[in-house]
Amino acid sequence: MSEQVNIKPYLRLSGLEPLVVRPETNFINIGERTNVTGSKKFARLIRENKYEEALSVARQQVENGAQVIDINMDDALLDGVQAMTTFVNLLQSEPDICKVPLMIDSSKFEIIEAGLKCVQGKCIVNSISLKEGEEKFIEQAITCQNYGAAVIVMAFDEKGQADTEDRKVEICHRAYKILTEQLGFKGQDIIFDPNVFAIATGLEEHNNYGVDFIKATKRIKELMPLTGVSGGVSNLSFSFRGNEPVREAMHSVFLYYAIKAGMNMGIVNAGQLVVYDVIEPQLKELCEDVILNRNNDNNEATEKLLAFAETVKSEGKVEKKNDAWREASVEERLKHALVNGITEYIDTDTEEARQKYPRPLEVIEGPLMAGMDVVGDLFGAGKMFLPQVVKSARVMKKSVAWLTPFIEEEKLSNPAASAGGAAKVLLATVKGDVHDIGKNIVGVVLGCNGYDVIDMGVMVPVDKILDTAEREGADIIGLSGLITPSLDEMVHVAHEMKRRNMKQPLLIGGATTSRMHTAVKIAPQYDNGVMHILDASRSVTAVSTLLGKEKLVLLQKTKDEYDGLRKQFANKNKKELISYKDAVAAKEQFDWENYTPVKPAVDGVKVFKDFDLGEIAKYIDWSPFFIAWEMPGRYPEVLSDDKFGAEAKKLLAEAEKMVESIVTEKWFTADGVIGFWSASSNNADTITVTTSDGEVKLESLRQQSKKAAGHPSFSLADFVKPSQIGSDYMGAFAVTIHGARQHIDQFAAELDDYNKIMVQVLADRFVEAFGECLHEKSRKEYWGYAKDEALSNKDLIWEEYDGIRPAPGYPACPDHTEKIKLFDMLNVTNNIGISLTESLAMDPPASVCGWYFAHPKSHYFGLGKIGRDQLEDYARRKGMNIEEAEKWLSPVLES
Amino acid sequence: MRRRICLLFTLHKKFELIKRYEPPPSSHVYTLSSLLLNLKFITMSAIRDLLNKRILVLDGAMGTMIQRYKLTEADYRGDRFKDWHSDVKGNNDLLSITQPDIIKAIHKEYLQAGSDIIETNTFSSTSIAQADYDMQSLAHELNVASVKCAREAIDEFLASPAGEGREMAFVAGAIGPLNKTLSLSPDVNNPGYRAVTFDEVVAAYTEQIHALIEAGTDILLIETIFDTLNAKAAIFAAKKYFRDHPGTEKDIMISGTITDASGRTLSGQTLEAFYISVAHANPLSIGLNCALGAKDMRAHVEELSQISSCYVSAYPNAGLPNAMGEYDEEPTETAAFLDDWAKQGFVNIVGGCCGTTPDHIREISRAVKSIKPRVLPIVEEVLN
Repeated sequence: MSEQVNIKPYLRLSGLEPLVVRPETNFINIGERTNVTGSKKFARLIRENKYEEALSVARQQVENGAQVIDINMDDALLDGVQAMTTFVNLLQSEPDICKVPLMIDSSKFEIIEAGLKCVQGKCIVNSISLKEGEEKFIEQAITCQNYGAAVIVMAFDEKGQADTEDRKVEICHRAYKILTEQLGFKGQDIIFDPNVFAIATGLEEHNNYGVDFIKATKRIKELMPLTGVSGGVSNLSFSFRGNEPVREAMHSVFLYYAIKAGMNMGIVNAGQLVVYDVIEPQLKELCEDVILNRNNDNNEATEKLLAFAETVKSEGKVEKKNDAWREASVEERLKHALVNGITEYIDTDTEEARQKYPRPLEVIEGPLMAGMDVVGDLFGAGKMFLPQVVKSARVMKKSVAWLTPFIEEEKLSNPAASAGGAAKVLLATVKGDVHDIGKNIVGVVLGCNGYDVIDMGVMVPVDKILDTAEREGADIIGLSGLITPSLDEMVHVAHEMKRRNMKQPLLIGGATTSRMHTAVKIAPQYDNGVMHILDASRSVTAVSTLLGKEKLVLLQKTKDEYDGLRKQFANKNKKELISYKDAVAAKEQFDWENYTPVKPAVDGVKVFKDFDLGEIAKYIDWSPFFIAWEMPGRYPEVLSDDKFGAEAKKLLAEAEKMVESIVTEKWFTADGVIGFWSASSNNADTITVTTSDGEVKLESLRQQSKKAAGHPSFSLADFVKPSQIGSDYMGAFAVTIHGARQHIDQFAAELDDYNKIMVQVLADRFVEAFGECLHEKSRKEYWGYAKDEALSNKDLIWEEYDGIRPAPGYPACPDHTEKIKLFDMLNVTNNIGISLTESLAMDPPASVCGWYFAHPKSHYFGLGKIGRDQLEDYARRKGMNIEEAEKWLSPVLES
Repeated sequence: MRRRICLLFTLHKKFELIKRYEPPPSSHVYTLSSLLLNLKFITMSAIRDLLNKRILVLDGAMGTMIQRYKLTEADYRGDRFKDWHSDVKGNNDLLSITQPDIIKAIHKEYLQAGSDIIETNTFSSTSIAQADYDMQSLAHELNVASVKCAREAIDEFLASPAGEGREMAFVAGAIGPLNKTLSLSPDVNNPGYRAVTFDEVVAAYTEQIHALIEAGTDILLIETIFDTLNAKAAIFAAKKYFRDHPGTEKDIMISGTITDASGRTLSGQTLEAFYISVAHANPLSIGLNCALGAKDMRAHVEELSQISSCYVSAYPNAGLPNAMGEYDEEPTETAAFLDDWAKQGFVNIVGGCCGTTPDHIREISRAVKSIKPRVLPIVEEVLN
């Protein structure tokens, strides 16, 4: 039974996605460029009927961080109703724009209504007011209610627009009472616009307008706390038209005070707002004087700002603002460098701090850790993202590296002072596995949080891991792995830890690991704590809890949870299987009689050395790149994600820069090999391939889970023509990226984890892209069964072509040992230098291999669980003993 | 662009589904109680009282049940439309006029199975949807006839021995999603085009709502919403109708449709965005129906139970259609899912959509009978 929930009185808006305005929500930026009165470009596009182009104005705003977009078609030369209808309808078919709520803006109510008729989400109406009396106001408010829109109420009544603090408050309160008491409006659905007017116009009666707005805002929020306050900020600086630096500074200062008073949204050009903290001090003070109407007798402040404005005008935009932080104290500078990931001055600043503090270690424990605490907090709160944290770590490492010789020196002269304090976390990729991107990220994140990370690298045997842990006194051990055999190795490590009577908790992570596998297979092996960690950001919480008072609580909680999962597994996982014999009988039937296989243009094996990297780069699929950096979302949508968008764009730009270096400076060498042979299946699960060295029998596995009548049980063997009908062909490929190691080591030596991880991630992308590229060439040319294929990169990623290239060890054919045959057939190791580890992982890690099937109906599938009957048949076919087959197939074997 | 095409593609699939669904039952109210001026207040508080005590049960599919009668074109036409100029087979709503006994019999089967709320056979009873059969002029009459069927079924059931011990049942006037949509263009090359306008949709729904209320429906059920803007037009029509006709206000139930694994409506909204977009209806309940079976609907129902300030309803299909387009989830299987939801405190109203039968409703009703309903959230009115 779930708990009774509380629903808070927040303004809730929607486009395709929700926008909930919580008290802690930062200021809501309302995009102002899709307004014909405010943007000349937009007005021209609409007048010229260039609606598609006008859409790009809207898109740009969303990309720049607008959380709501304001749409206004009030132009004497336009039919407003028609323009609003056309534009908003078009907007609805652009998911990357209409994900945000709309603000329908017009001084004519019929235009507002036209807009509301086209939007499925909850909009804001901008605006209604008491200008034409209560009756009209009520009528319009009811209409807004019927459409389900929130409203902006302008501080305007029968007497005119409110300019003083008292009038603003009085009109807003009157409107509020009508809306809530007579019409049943909810307070949170009302937003007031208390009118931003131009100041510093030279007329004394305008001087207090800024103060009036700010004070009225404060009173409105006190009197009617559920409501919001908004305003068109650019009016304020009207008299400084043409002088953008001054206008931006005024807006920023004004918002600083108005937001403090309670203003929570505004129509602004978000891309052009300077940060309050970095406004040039003299300009800031002058702006404060005019906005707060200080030192302004006889327009003194206004005159001063005007005079200053003249000087700025001629200079153009002051670009130096970025270096303002260099003026601060050394502690502040170190913090700034850490939070912003700036390495430029880190050696100088570290040295300055070293001279300031009595001992070098105190620099680490003092200002550096203080800075990293800020980073940790921001990361924990979701305000910094992984790539930024990794950059912070780079700064940290460089600073520590500067200090290390001094610390060593001190140790020599005073050994007692060096007793280390930080908890130690040992990380390793288990034996047989070479994948370590995830492990490296975890290492960096933990390092950032002040833990002493012992990274043992890849392919580490169990004894070495555990000996080191004991010798170094590791407090926690973390294991990582990507391929399925690593799961068994982790079980083995846990088993060994128990045998050695070890005490430290064991953390499990990596792409094939899961909570369920950890609970069912690993946790029962070891009693002193086993936890699965989903991603790097969770590792910090887990480690800090495990090192603190709550350790036992967390371990008990995890144990209970895993006990539950085991039970669930035991109950649920008894999936109904059909017998292997029935599964074979239910094989997928193609119309082979009417299928003429295309003879591959290449007969036998073809090797590609040093393939053109520029060509490969065109095939890169960026979505997995972002996933590797823990930014979920498909590319390119992730670039416009509310949360990650800005960072994602930056990350992509940096990746693209590195791709360029990789291509032009030939960081990598891409080698590949493909081969094609005659082949036929045996009506069951064996494919016989004829190579120049004789026949090779490839063994496939077949689905055995029970399916609805008429649904076939899939096996790769079904995609090759059975021998009694005729002969067919199949192919294989292997591709690899050499040369990444050298760059990884170099960045590691430079303490630059960010670029180190970047190279690794990009090497993976290159090898996948190379696989895609060779597959396309094979389809069109080397095999040549799809000569006329014309697909975009996007189509390739969506796999909208004929034929497949499944990889041994992956869902359709999970047995890694078939890889050995593939390596023999293509002579992979000699031809392109990939070797296989004892767990059959490929080294270099950026390598991919697989089979080619050409039949247009061949498709990917997941094998699912298989039964003992198939295991026995498979072992017999492969000439393996049952135990060995069981070991390799354990992940898919029905328990 | 891809998404655009995708949307349209699913839209077509969806229409097939809706055609298969076929309109639910309706009824008419000439009982004395319906003439009482304050009937609405009686019903409105009665249903809330019941909802606080237990989980209420809706009915199941109407189309599936009608198929069992294997009706011919002549059966659909009856005497009155024997010379109608176009085929009418498949216009299930028409059966409320030409075969009222069948519709009533189906309602009664559901009542016997345990339904507390009966949906009228009016899924397509709007001038826009009926235009497919050139029967747009019959929209008003179809709604009246359907409410009559439902109301008589309830009255007869409660008076019969089978209805002993059952205190009341409610008529929910079903308002379907229309075959034309306001947020999507049917023309891939012209994304700004719309096959129908907001005002036209409001007019069609106003006519339907007027007829349903006039005939005495207890509740308005805006359902199978795959384009939120169509639903907003229905809400607009209802709110305006209530204001223009004081004393006619009815509870509104709202039920959206999450079309696929994306977790979004066909018009692209997330569940929370959908909820926010229709919350101004102040509905009695918000929920989900159609497109998904209970298995795939669970996470969404759970989310709704967390964000919704009103009662939560859910009436899934009987699983996903098999290769033959038939639903083969067994009544006990469907009931097991709903039993879980009820125990988790997710729901207040449950029932079935495509493929569910009186047997499903019987099992569902049995499963949820003694489970406490979801407790309404506390809706805070001050910030703290």
